[in-house]
Amino acid sequence: MNSSTARTESETRDVTLVEAVNMALQWEMAHDDSVVVLGEDIATNGGVFRATAGLKEQFGFKRVMDTPLAENLIAGTAIGMATQGLKPVAEFQFMGFIYSGMEQIISHASRMRNRTRGRLHCPLVYRAPFGGGIHAPEHHSESTEALFAHIPGLRVVIPSSPQRAYGQLLAAIRNPDPVIFLEPKRIYRAVTQSVENNGEAIPLDTCFTLREGSDVTLISWGASMLETLQAADVLSEQSVSAEVIDVGTISPLDRETLLCSVSKTGRAVIVHEACRNGGVGAEVAASIAEGAYLELKAPVARVTGYDTVMPYYRNEQAYLPQVDDIVEAARRVIAL
Amino acid sequence: MKTIHEFRVDSTCYLDDQGAPLGDLPPQAENTERVLAAYRNMVLTRTFDSKAIALQRTGKCGTYPSVLGHEVIGTAIGQSMAANDVFAPYYRDQAAHILRGVSLTELLLYWGGDERGSAWKNCPEDLPISVPIATQCCHAVGVGAAMRIRDEARAVVCCVGDGGTSKGDFSESINLAGAWHLPVVFMVINNQWAISTPRSIQTGAETIAQKAIGAGLPGHIVDGNDYFAVIEALDSALERARAGKGGAVIEAITYRLGDHTTADDATRYRSSEDLKQAWEKDGIKRLQNYLHEAGFWTPEKEQKLQSDCKATVDHAVQAYLATEAEPPTAMLDYLFETLPESLKSQRERIADKYRGGAA
Repeated sequence: MNSSTARTESETRDVTLVEAVNMALQWEMAHDDSVVVLGEDIATNGGVFRATAGLKEQFGFKRVMDTPLAENLIAGTAIGMATQGLKPVAEFQFMGFIYSGMEQIISHASRMRNRTRGRLHCPLVYRAPFGGGIHAPEHHSESTEALFAHIPGLRVVIPSSPQRAYGQLLAAIRNPDPVIFLEPKRIYRAVTQSVENNGEAIPLDTCFTLREGSDVTLISWGASMLETLQAADVLSEQSVSAEVIDVGTISPLDRETLLCSVSKTGRAVIVHEACRNGGVGAEVAASIAEGAYLELKAPVARVTGYDTVMPYYRNEQAYLPQVDDIVEAARRVIAL
Repeated sequence: MKTIHEFRVDSTCYLDDQGAPLGDLPPQAENTERVLAAYRNMVLTRTFDSKAIALQRTGKCGTYPSVLGHEVIGTAIGQSMAANDVFAPYYRDQAAHILRGVSLTELLLYWGGDERGSAWKNCPEDLPISVPIATQCCHAVGVGAAMRIRDEARAVVCCVGDGGTSKGDFSESINLAGAWHLPVVFMVINNQWAISTPRSIQTGAETIAQKAIGAGLPGHIVDGNDYFAVIEALDSALERARAGKGGAVIEAITYRLGDHTTADDATRYRSSEDLKQAWEKDGIKRLQNYLHEAGFWTPEKEQKLQSDCKATVDHAVQAYLATEAEPPTAMLDYLFETLPESLKSQRERIADKYRGGAA
């Protein structure tokens, strides 16, 4: 499947998370002609966040498609393409606009393999920037990943660093089933990491233990990994040893890594931007309660957004979990 | 002021209600074997339909949507499509499925609560029956886009009902087909009813076909009970599509002669007089009369066809009734290519609980 435009040499670059997304897309399109990308403003404009910059120039309009402004159409068109053996990567400009595509995602993408008993399947990726903290307008800042985690047949993958974004996106594109790939836009350009552009995927369906510790397990995903890691630093200064886990794929959930960690530390603090009620944190907490009950030294704590509409940006920081909130929750479960 | 665009919508009909030619017939009428094959498929479809309803009424099949009144359209779709074209059906396309190679047993399995009813072996690229209204239109343009990306001389036929044209999926999809010049033929099966909602309050547009013009596609109306009108329109639209000349919308006018499904009772919302008038336009009878008059058909042939169709359907029903349910663990076996680690315990739980067989 090597395309004539393939860049095969690997190079190492310091890149941001959004640049790592672009790098992964470029690599995979160069090495697999069945990969196509589609979405609003993704071709000539290169995407409103620049995630698809340069792809149209390299691969042409047949594989890099600006669609009409219709998210339901984007979701469903990608399904049709996927049943034909293409590997579409469809971009929703913001997660807040994905909802008109929900029927296609829930009623077709997630179940095409099941309802045809394997005759057809959907090797596609739906990418969407999500989360708050960038002073964006209304409808641009929500974290509704739980909606997708509830749907059987979908994978919900959330990177939290440039290296993981690169490797997880490659894995998502190569995965033979539909993947919702949610990109935490607050950390799109927060840090740079050295990423080797070598086409190496990293596994899905697995948590990543970012830091080992013995007193408490801090569990998060997406942009709030930033505050969670900072909280671990603060706790360390206070002689509290925190293990930090990036869930990476929120569905299907790697319960084994979570349970091993909590069995060791006896305490868990779950951090997510999304509102609390019915959030993925509830599933993580229930899994810990079911699987590590005897090892728990304190109830599981959650640090989350509030059960309300995401405030407009003047108040968004008041909504988002802060480092202090995480430190306080960790100290509380340790005191018990 | 100047006129930027004017449009007109043409309508085609070749046979009157009794099957007498209204004028010259299209070239399709010269292919007698194909016309006879069409007639046989219509009769087989109707025989199957009445059996499926009977199975539902006796508790041997689930809720089932009768295809009564759609046999001509579905048959023309099945005949006009090449084997490597792709069909994006809705849920009342039995006549087309049969010609695509879906077995009657598979159709019964689908409506009889078994996912294997969509594992079609003979038309592996066709999309499965789509129950959520009009959602298949978006898949159809995706399939058409894949064909265009790969420069293939293939096309897609997408079926949608008159009710389905009210959904965004239809508008968005015909719009994309126009913008991207996709080889997708949208077959709007206007049977006058979306369950109980009549065509008259589905849209203020005089015709559904004219919606095509707003999307940059040609729109045409055919009498959906006139085999020659439907097959001519489809042959021509598919030929254009495969030649890279873009898609089309065909509005085929018919009448849903049955209830919406076996769970519906149409006497609650429509008059027996309307139904009686619609039966007078029945497309199967019309084609039968034509074949008799043209000397291609006899009462003996009709009798043999009826008895052959009954035997074919009975055979399929026996195979359906003899098919054991899948083991309950199958509910997880096709969710992903490989069952994720985290779901293995749920599969074991099902396997343990139903070790002796299905519930």
